[in-house]
Amino acid sequence: MFTSPATSAPAACWACATVLGRSPLLCTACGKVQPVADSDYFQVFGLERKLGLDLAALEREFHRLSRKLHPDRFARATAQEQAWSLAATALLNDAYRTLRDPIQRTEYLLKLSGLKIGEENAGKSKAADRHPPADLLEEVFELNMQLEEMRMNQKMGEDDLSLQAGLTAARGKFEALLAEVDGDLAAKSAQWDAGDPATREKATNAMAALLDRRRYLRNLVRDVNEVLSTATT
Amino acid sequence: MPEERIIGIDLGTTNSLVAYMESDQPVVIPGVDGSNLVPSIVVLDPVAPDAPVSARSVTVGNSARRALIETPDRAIYSVKRLMGRGLEDVQEELKLFPFRLADDIQPGEVLRIRLGEMQFTPSEISAYILRQLKRNAERYFGAEVKKAVITVPAYFNDAQRQATRDAGRMAGLDVLRLVNEPTAAALAYGLDRAKEGIIAVYDLGGGTFDISILKLNDGIFEVIATNGDTHLGGDDIDNLLLAVALDEIRNEHGIDLRQQPDAIQALRKAVIEAKIALSSEPAAKLDIELPGGDRYRREIPREVYEQLIQPVIDRTAGPTRQALADAGITPDKIEEVVLVGGSTRIPAVRALVDRLFQLSARGKKPHTELNPDEVVALGAAVQASILAGSSTTTEELLLLDVTPLSLGIEALGGVVARIIQRNSTIPASATEHFTTGVDGQTNVAIHVLQGERELAADCRSLARFDLKGIPPMQAGLPRIEVKFLIDANGILKVSAREQRSGTESQIEVKPTYGLTDEQVETMILDSFDNAETDFEARQLIEARLEADNILDKVQKAESSPAWKLLTSDEIAQIAAAVAHLTATKSGSDLALIRAAVTRLDHATRNLAEKMMEAAVSGAMRGKTMQTASDDLDRTAGPEIHAPHPFAKAEFDDSTKIEPDPEPEEDQK
Repeated sequence: MFTSPATSAPAACWACATVLGRSPLLCTACGKVQPVADSDYFQVFGLERKLGLDLAALEREFHRLSRKLHPDRFARATAQEQAWSLAATALLNDAYRTLRDPIQRTEYLLKLSGLKIGEENAGKSKAADRHPPADLLEEVFELNMQLEEMRMNQKMGEDDLSLQAGLTAARGKFEALLAEVDGDLAAKSAQWDAGDPATREKATNAMAALLDRRRYLRNLVRDVNEVLSTATT
Repeated sequence: MPEERIIGIDLGTTNSLVAYMESDQPVVIPGVDGSNLVPSIVVLDPVAPDAPVSARSVTVGNSARRALIETPDRAIYSVKRLMGRGLEDVQEELKLFPFRLADDIQPGEVLRIRLGEMQFTPSEISAYILRQLKRNAERYFGAEVKKAVITVPAYFNDAQRQATRDAGRMAGLDVLRLVNEPTAAALAYGLDRAKEGIIAVYDLGGGTFDISILKLNDGIFEVIATNGDTHLGGDDIDNLLLAVALDEIRNEHGIDLRQQPDAIQALRKAVIEAKIALSSEPAAKLDIELPGGDRYRREIPREVYEQLIQPVIDRTAGPTRQALADAGITPDKIEEVVLVGGSTRIPAVRALVDRLFQLSARGKKPHTELNPDEVVALGAAVQASILAGSSTTTEELLLLDVTPLSLGIEALGGVVARIIQRNSTIPASATEHFTTGVDGQTNVAIHVLQGERELAADCRSLARFDLKGIPPMQAGLPRIEVKFLIDANGILKVSAREQRSGTESQIEVKPTYGLTDEQVETMILDSFDNAETDFEARQLIEARLEADNILDKVQKAESSPAWKLLTSDEIAQIAAAVAHLTATKSGSDLALIRAAVTRLDHATRNLAEKMMEAAVSGAMRGKTMQTASDDLDRTAGPEIHAPHPFAKAEFDDSTKIEPDPEPEEDQK
């Protein structure tokens, strides 16, 4: 579901009535903080919805807006402006945190496009993350056996070096797969950024599948790391 | 300056300080006794049992020290360890600290501490310390102070932060901001240089440990990661030394001091002095008179001491590595390390920091230029100045801090669904949607937690609340939007809205271990204090009370054995100061009375020290052999067994060293 179409009427500053510029959180004319509208994270930074981002520029803009919006700047302002500053800064921080990370940025953009991604809601079962991708079924099955055996061994206080070596090798393999997914994601992101609506839809679906695969692999690597780290201590 | 001053307060476990931005430099404001550090000790002064509540008075700081030994049941220190905690959180502290809690505290209730015949919450005790600092500042400015910035350990959770803010309110302070201690320290250091790059602040105080990694960029202090332990500090080293000494005294002299609060306090004082000495000397000696006249004598070589405390110090390594991992950097990327807190004076701590950050290997040294006891208060003053917008020095500075712990809500099966990750820049928010599970359901219960564990039972319960007044609908149909917002103080706010019907849900967020607004209201200190509304009048009254108090003490001291140890010159100076104060105190010149008090205080400093020494050994001697052996028969409290005994001291009685006058240096 689309939250806010980018074509809504331009908003004006509550204090000086100037039409708001790039960032909807701040009036460039009088410098006053604005009540938080239904802005998405890209709008907060005055950015187009794109997956390719200049991170250094994003950080500079984050710092520039922080200087203007942060509650520390409003310690002597009215209660209303303090409340707006708090809401605007929270939105700014949430937006920066999401956009600076390529994976979170992609998930967010897909969510804006109406897809439900990952563990969005509290209490939602994590079963989807436990569903192995079809092409990896066999390997995952074998890995889980090894993990189980390793955990049993650890409980008994035994060390099985060949098992440990096997797991380390499997970890290397899955990490490589993870890197492959990241490469594919980057390629699809570029397609999305450059494409027409039809290309975008295709890229969106491909990225959603890649994100699921990535989440699955990441959990797998995490499990192996957990087991291996208890083995070495 | 006509506008309102905002003071910066470091409310420490061991010592507290108040500072202020004097033009473009932060300065610590000293107390009446001239000392910058106000020991975080609160004593309920003795009153007649039938005295009205209004007659109640407390003493805070250095003048409360004696009461730790003389009336331990009316005194408390290290109360910060109890802030925002529940009964089940503090079982460990209760074994190690002489906290006397009320007997009828229910699980989930705010703690109450017994002092004499009364009970106080930890926030109230802290409020007395804050009020003392406020008064010190008011005395310094000659004007009322109402607004403050207060520092808290970065790793404090929501409940601990709320309890601190409540304390400020009880003390009559509008707390404009809670600032994390390591971040404040970074501000104090970063003030006079345009530093860029990544720094670490390692803050080991009296009771808490924090590690923060910051990125400095053109006046912006951006915290990237923080970690810590709110139960780790110099106190733990004191307790360890104390436990070893108590074990040895029992084994070698057959005396168990564990049930004798006054003797324990005297012993604690001695081990703290030994600890401080061991930061600069190769060895320290303990020489203490025991009940019955025996002496406990030990020499503690630095080597043995370091072996003993290493496990305590090593507990800082885990959080440090975690913070580095969370920041996504390796130790060699840290350009500077700032040391904060009195416990960083310990050479073994510095050695660990050096190893953790590979400092000497990279030809670097940690920053220790600012007094580690004062740097947090100085930083609080800088932040106060940023908020006041009163100084061009701080105009371009901005602190972007993070929340130390992840915020989550309890989901089906008791697992935690994380909604705000740790190390998120604050203010931070998250929006969640909830619905009903039964037709016509009008309430939904939400359990908010803080912590990193998977299961709700292992995390810290912050609050439970009900979304009420949901219009009755088919199950699953209501769509309730709940917004969680962590503000710039690191404190959670929750609001909710039912979206289908557009009704605003009534929610009441009750902290799991917190006071309600109404409770805080009833604990405002001034409501007990029958304080004069007129500030000037109150100051004059206070100054006269202070004058009477010190005159009374001096008169009593004349018959003490310590008096005989004074030189005739000292006695003459005291007499002159007494005459001067007696003459001025009935007048109404505030400054004159204060100056006279200070003069007498200075003249009697040596006398006070001598009396203190006598009181310490007197407390030990006061016990008879009979009570000592009674105590021994009892299974005496929780036992801590010494991992290593101290070396036997080789004392040569012919060259017995007199104990030095107590140094006022104490770790925070």
